[in-house]
Amino acid sequence: MSAFADLAPGAKAIAAPRTASASPLLGALCVGVVAIMLFPLLMCFSASIKTAQEASAVPPHYWPSALSVENYLKVFHYQASLPVYLANSFAVAALTILLCLGLGTPAAYGLARFPVPAKEFVFLVLLSSLMVPYQALLTPLYIMAASLGLANTYLGLAIVHTVVQLPFSVYLLRNSFEETPRELEEAGIVDGCNSLQLLRWIFLPAAAPALITVTLFAFIASWNEFIAALIFMNKETAFTIPIMLVGVRQGHFGAIDWGALQAGVVVSIFPCLAIYLLLQRHYVSGFLSGAIK
Amino acid sequence: MNRTRSGYVGLLYATPALLFVAAFVLYPLLQLFLTSLTNSSLLGGSEYIGWRNYLRAYRDATFWRALIFTCKYTLIITPILMILGYLAALLTLSAKRFGKFTRGVVFLPVVIGLGSSSFLWFWLFDEQVGLVNKLLKDLHVIAQPIVWFVDADLGLAAVTASIVWKVVGFGMILFVAALQAIGDDVNEAALIDGASYWRRIAHIALPLTWRTILLTTLVSAIGSMLAFDQFYIMTAGGPESQTFTSVYWIYQNSFIYFKQGYGAALSVILMAIILTGSALQLFLMRRGQRA
Repeated sequence: MSAFADLAPGAKAIAAPRTASASPLLGALCVGVVAIMLFPLLMCFSASIKTAQEASAVPPHYWPSALSVENYLKVFHYQASLPVYLANSFAVAALTILLCLGLGTPAAYGLARFPVPAKEFVFLVLLSSLMVPYQALLTPLYIMAASLGLANTYLGLAIVHTVVQLPFSVYLLRNSFEETPRELEEAGIVDGCNSLQLLRWIFLPAAAPALITVTLFAFIASWNEFIAALIFMNKETAFTIPIMLVGVRQGHFGAIDWGALQAGVVVSIFPCLAIYLLLQRHYVSGFLSGAIK
Repeated sequence: MNRTRSGYVGLLYATPALLFVAAFVLYPLLQLFLTSLTNSSLLGGSEYIGWRNYLRAYRDATFWRALIFTCKYTLIITPILMILGYLAALLTLSAKRFGKFTRGVVFLPVVIGLGSSSFLWFWLFDEQVGLVNKLLKDLHVIAQPIVWFVDADLGLAAVTASIVWKVVGFGMILFVAALQAIGDDVNEAALIDGASYWRRIAHIALPLTWRTILLTTLVSAIGSMLAFDQFYIMTAGGPESQTFTSVYWIYQNSFIYFKQGYGAALSVILMAIILTGSALQLFLMRRGQRA
């Protein structure tokens, strides 16, 4: 978990207690916290690899007595089948990323590098969906989507997810473009670049970390988003993964298939965990620079 | 390139995003207001009825119950999240051995979907197959399994536990950054004064991280006021509509009962409440100010 090491390199934490004797106790506390945090995830995974029968056993067991892929097979073959739902989720996320980058990058560039008239007002308009909770806009957005033929389409849901993610994207990219050294820009101007070429050859490479962070956040937000997906994707073949889980839980004859549900949860969590573990540095830095400050 | 012209070039770059916001935020916002003045239904039909939806909301006991329940949930969970988040920040900064690893693990559920974590905890809290009851029994805390979701308070407790697990890392990581930003000199001065650990926290760390605490509290509270996924999945609003949140009740009216005119009015009311909080948030995060 190295990304957390260098939030402020060199700064000794104010929180460090002086006495060395506290150390074993703190270590033990850490172990306790880690155990509590990991328990649900471990148990979820454990249930997912039990046999279906054991996963629904009363009383339950912590660990499987026999390993089985039965639950995963059930999720795989659930209704339109898992690949369809995965494809839906990935497609919506990909479109959301495209929209956030495609709209956010030029907007942030314009605000960061040009004397735009009423600049802060323009910026505030772009951030307006921060103040209006998107949950309140779902009714008009749904009616719009339906009248434009976008209900149950990737684009329809991706637009809602972009409404949610665009402010963060513009905010982060604007900061990043503003921090790009002026010398780099001047070098480009000397080489005869126009503003579009400057963006392409100078600013985009310099803002690569921010672009990665915007992409990561757009993916994770879209992948996990629930209420808009529930409303916009009401056709069985259009479900995203979280909505598939609603269906998996309902099961066939009213009895919940607990093993399949936990297998579904594992599948839904997996991409997020993988991204977090592989690209932690980008994720955490974006979180700190965009979430609040 | 002269300055004015260059300014319009910049505006041109921002135009696609501005059009997007106009089409999918501002226009729907206007539509929301207009719809809230009608009795329009997703089943068809719509006529202007003035402020009657708002009057109806005023008399709608379930709406008030949902709003009060949402506030109750927010008032319970926000302090828990802030205090545990701050303690987790202090712990992981202090512990030399497992500190950073622990921080990474505590933050981990933040990246997981709220839907996924709610399905996970719905299972953990199930009275028959759930491991929470099993664990409590094995630890001799309870003798009989608890039926969590037949009681509003127990259901709320279960949801609260799941959300604390899910988002406690959010506050923690922001507090860690704020605490680390306190300069060494401040800390060393305090050490020379011989101030004890908890005195240093109370008199130096807390005041110096105050703005971050305030902002995190606001962001967290706004998020809780908009809660939906966890209640939809874990309690389904029950028992007897006691755990409907505001957003859930809006969803119920707009998309289950198809009363979108009324749902729109409820949305406007909720938005007014949230707006107060988020205006404060924007004010606090004005550009150029750093925590």
